[in-house]
Amino acid sequence: MATLQQQWFGNIRGDLLAGIVVGLALIPESLAFAFIVGVDPRVALYASFTIAVIISFVGGRPGMISAATGAMALVLVSLMKEHGLQYVLAATIVTGIIQWMLGLLGVARLMRFIPNAVMLGFVNALGIMILMSQLPYLIGSNVATYVFAFVTLGLVYLFPRFIRIIPAPLLAIVIMTSLAWMIGVNMQTIGDLGTMPDTLPVFLWPDIPWTLETLRIILPYSLALAVVGLLESLLTANVLDDLTDTSSDKNREARGQGIANVVNGMFGGMAGCALIGQSVINVQSGGRGRLSTLTAGVFLMVLILVLGDFVASIPMPVLVGVMIMVSFTTFNWGSFRFMKRAPKAEVAVMLVTVAVILATNNLAIGVGVGLVMSALAFVAKTSDISVTGKKGVYYVRGPLFFASTAPFIEAVAALPERSIILRFDDSALWDESAVGAVVKVIDRAKEKGQTIQIEGLNPQSEALYASLQR
Amino acid sequence: MKLAVAIDGSDNAFRAAERAIGLAKLIPSAELHILYVVDFDHATRDHLLSQNDEEVIYKREKHVRPVQGLAEREAVPAHVHWLKGKPSDEIVRFTNEKSIDQLFIGSRGLNTLQEMVFGSVSHQVMKKARCPITIVK
Repeated sequence: MATLQQQWFGNIRGDLLAGIVVGLALIPESLAFAFIVGVDPRVALYASFTIAVIISFVGGRPGMISAATGAMALVLVSLMKEHGLQYVLAATIVTGIIQWMLGLLGVARLMRFIPNAVMLGFVNALGIMILMSQLPYLIGSNVATYVFAFVTLGLVYLFPRFIRIIPAPLLAIVIMTSLAWMIGVNMQTIGDLGTMPDTLPVFLWPDIPWTLETLRIILPYSLALAVVGLLESLLTANVLDDLTDTSSDKNREARGQGIANVVNGMFGGMAGCALIGQSVINVQSGGRGRLSTLTAGVFLMVLILVLGDFVASIPMPVLVGVMIMVSFTTFNWGSFRFMKRAPKAEVAVMLVTVAVILATNNLAIGVGVGLVMSALAFVAKTSDISVTGKKGVYYVRGPLFFASTAPFIEAVAALPERSIILRFDDSALWDESAVGAVVKVIDRAKEKGQTIQIEGLNPQSEALYASLQR
Repeated sequence: MKLAVAIDGSDNAFRAAERAIGLAKLIPSAELHILYVVDFDHATRDHLLSQNDEEVIYKREKHVRPVQGLAEREAVPAHVHWLKGKPSDEIVRFTNEKSIDQLFIGSRGLNTLQEMVFGSVSHQVMKKARCPITIVK
C-alpha cells in the first residue's frame, strides 16, 4: 500500500480535476436522496460534504467517494416519517459507532461469507426501490411533469455518448432548469422542499431524550444502516481495488465509515456510505488519491453556497428524471443472464432477497434472509454423500457431517457382506456427529453379525475419531 | 516487428488473434501483444456476478488463455497486457505508446442502430490509432 504522502499528493492534478467532476455529480443525487427521506435538502448536502471530507482522512480506500446515498436514505424513510429529523441524526451517530466497532472487530473478513447472489439481490432491490420512490411523484401529475422527467432521463442517457468531461446529470439539470425558466412553466422546485444551506454545517447535538426508550427506537435502524452502509462501502472498495490495481485496508474503511457517520450526525447530516457510481466516475476522471475525495466534498459545499439560488430553482421533475436513471444504473442488468446460467439455488436466493426487501422495505432484513437461505443451500449441496464399491470394500464419497450422517447410516445398513471395509479416502469426518455415525454403523453391524473396518481416514479425521471414539 | 491483438472473449476477437498469430509466424522478429481491457463500466457488474476476486480474475483469464495457448503452440512470443478503462481509449493509448506496427481487432458485429447508440470499439480505434489495423469479423 502506498505511503500516506502518496495517498494524498501522489496525483494532485488528476485528483483535483476528478474531485471537481464528482463534486458536481454529487449534487443532484444528494438532493434526490433528501427528497426520498423527506428531509430538507441541506440534511443530505451537509451529509455529503461532511462524510466526503472526513472519510478522505480516515478512510481505508483512497479515491473512494462516500456521501449521502440512496441505500441509506431508503432505510431512513420510516424513521423520519414516524419520529422526525432529530431521531434520524441520532440514528446516524449510533450507526457510526456500530460501524466503527465492527471495523475494530475485523468485519471485512465476514464479507467473504456473503454470497454474490445476496449482493445481487441487494443492488437489484435497491434499484427497484429508488425507482418506486419516484413513482408517487409522477402518477397523477400533469403533462409538463412527465415531459420534463422523461426528457431529462433521455438527456442523461444520451449525453455520455458525446460529452464525457461534464457529468451528464448535471448538464441535463442545467439545460432543463434553464428551459423551464425560459418557457416559464410552473412546477414544484427543490426550493419548495425546504431550505437550502447558506452556511457550513455547525455542530449540534441531536435534540432527543437520551433514554433507553429512544435507543430502542433508533437501534434497529442503526443496525440496518450499519449493515447496509458497510455492504455497499466494502463492495465499492473491492471494485476500486480492481480498477486501480491497488489494495486497500477494508477494516480501516469500516472504521472510517463509522467515524464519518458519527461526525456527520453531529453536524446535522443523514447517514451515508460509499457510492459505487460516483467512485467509478472519480477513477474514470483520473482520481486516485485522498485529495480527490476531499476536493469533491469541498467543491460540492462551495457550489451550494455560491449557487444555492439556482439549485433551489431546479424543477422537481428534472430531479425525478435523474433518479430514474440512477435506479437503472443501480439495477444489475446482468442478473437476467445470471438467472439463466447460475445454479437454481443461487437464483432462488437472489429472488428471495429481492422479494423480502421489497416486502419489508428493509434492505438489511433481505440480506439476512438471503444469507440464511444460501447457507442452508450450501449445507444441502455439500451433504451429498454416497457409499459405493463391491466385494466388501466400499468407498465413502462426500464429507460426513451433521447434515449427511442420516443418508450415510442408511447406505451402510444396506450393505450385504459379512465383513466390510469402509474406505474414507474421498471423505472426511467433520464433526462429532460424523464420529457418532461411524460408531453407530459399527455397532449395528455387530448386532447383525457383520464386521466393519474403517480405513483411509485422513489425519484430521483420524484424530477426531481417536479422541471421541473410546 | 510488434503486432498487437485486442481481445474480449468474442469469436470475432479470437479470429483476429488467429490472424495475428498467423502473420507473426511468417515474420522472424515478430512479437505479439495480447490486449485485454477491463471496462470501467462493467467492473461493478463483474464483481456482483462473481463470488470473490479470484473468480473475477478467473473469468477474465478464461478469455485470454485460449489466445495465449494458440500463440504458444505456434511458437510466437506473446505478452499479455491487462488494461483498465474505456476499451477504445485504452487500446489506442497502448498502440500509440508502444509504437505497435500492426493492430488486429475483432468487430463486435453490431447492427446499424446498435452502432449508433453504443458506438463500436473498432471504429473508435480505427479513427485514433496510428498504425494499420485489421478488423476481423
